[in-house]
Amino acid sequence: MNASVPMTDRASRLVMPAATEVKRHSSIVRITHWLTTIAFFALLVTGAEIVLSHPRFYWGETGNVNMRPWLNLHLPSSRDTVPTGYGYVLPDQNGWSRYLHFQAAWLAVATGLFYLLWGFFAGHFRRNVIPASSDRSLRKIVDSIASRLRFKRPGPEEAWSYNVLQRLSYLVVVFILFPLMIWTGLAMSFGFDAAFPLAVRLLGGHQTARSLHFLVTILLTLFVLVHVVMVILAGFRARMRAMITGRAARPTE
Amino acid sequence: MSKISRRKLITTGLAATAGVSGVAVAAKLAQRHGLIPPDSGGLYGPGETLTYAAQRLLNNHAMAREFSRSQISKDPFANEVAPLGDEFKRLQAASFVDWRLTVDGMAARPTAFSLAEIRSFPKSSHITMIGCEEGWTYIAEWSGVPLSYILDRVGALPQVRYVVYRSIQSDWWESIDMSDALHPQTLVATGMNGADLPVPFGGPMRLRLPRQLGYKSVKYITRITLTDTLKPFGKGLGSAAPEGGYAWYAGI
Repeated sequence: MNASVPMTDRASRLVMPAATEVKRHSSIVRITHWLTTIAFFALLVTGAEIVLSHPRFYWGETGNVNMRPWLNLHLPSSRDTVPTGYGYVLPDQNGWSRYLHFQAAWLAVATGLFYLLWGFFAGHFRRNVIPASSDRSLRKIVDSIASRLRFKRPGPEEAWSYNVLQRLSYLVVVFILFPLMIWTGLAMSFGFDAAFPLAVRLLGGHQTARSLHFLVTILLTLFVLVHVVMVILAGFRARMRAMITGRAARPTE
Repeated sequence: MSKISRRKLITTGLAATAGVSGVAVAAKLAQRHGLIPPDSGGLYGPGETLTYAAQRLLNNHAMAREFSRSQISKDPFANEVAPLGDEFKRLQAASFVDWRLTVDGMAARPTAFSLAEIRSFPKSSHITMIGCEEGWTYIAEWSGVPLSYILDRVGALPQVRYVVYRSIQSDWWESIDMSDALHPQTLVATGMNGADLPVPFGGPMRLRLPRQLGYKSVKYITRITLTDTLKPFGKGLGSAAPEGGYAWYAGI
């Protein structure tokens, strides 16, 4: 984006910054965004590490090496009790991985709850995330998907607002995938299971919760990959600047 | 940069003060109510403390889910253990008649119970799930004597806050708080699925507590110590698990 701003405009911004910049992200959005980023990567790395101690997935309540998994990742394992076909056993990293996983989960939950409460009360979801009424049609959504598929560069208006597809994916991530992640994660805890057995039964059992936890991880990771690719396509420096300083260059018509 | 207004400065200052004193008060309350785990000192202490305190507030009296007989796993998996030593083999050769479970520490009547005595105590059983921190699970029927019965029997003193228990394998020892020690599902288990507890599953006796992960259900227990502090045991982190990098509280 910076590169596309004409020289005259750049010069004028030096003199009158207010006229060429718009406030893009509030401080709450920026802080919760980066805290969630930190928590997500900590959870992803440690979660992958924990999976390596038993890289198989089952449905229902029970699953172990004597039972048939629905998914065998065919990865090397950090336990010699798991037959993997590899001639070696990876070092055990579950201790710190589990400690960090749960600490990062607390960070994610605290940040998420704060973001949700603020988002509702400050009107963030209503204004910025729920698609505008003019965008709430299948046609608009299909149009948006089509322009994405044609790799059309985002228009200038997208520098300071979210398009309908972005809004829908943020809604899914914030209101479906993250809550599911926390629910399935807690459902694997024996202490939580004792306090809220229905939360485990509704999911279909302990091992189903573990399988869903893994599947939602894949969906969230795909979201993050697409998100980062879109940021790069839309102008990495300008978008990073917007998410760090909160300011974006006013689009020139 | 925008100028910070006086009002903003005051509100931020007040919020920060409230936050810091809030945390201090919470820490004090948590300490008084025993909501701080013994391994709360390190880098991951905050997360550990939050997990332990939150779970104890939510599940203090909650029972682990019990399953129907038809849900008992056909193929339970006995996790591998370190090689059992000569002493174990000698006891095993004599059908464990000389096995002793020594209960000592803060007890009015410290006692060494034989396997036969433990088996003669009032029996309790439950069909529950056991799960490993690795992610696998199975369901079995566990039977034995509630740990709370043994604590009564030896006259546990009122100031006891933790129960430390040890395997015949010297590097495997754990401890639990009174919420778990007095919990009706916490057993000194000597039976599994209607038969004597098989050796690969911890026979002749293991601790069995279904509200925490399998590594807390120590196999081959020979000694139980009642205490009001975990400081003198090992490195003072509560059990062998934190010394090996794992959490003391394994309810998650």
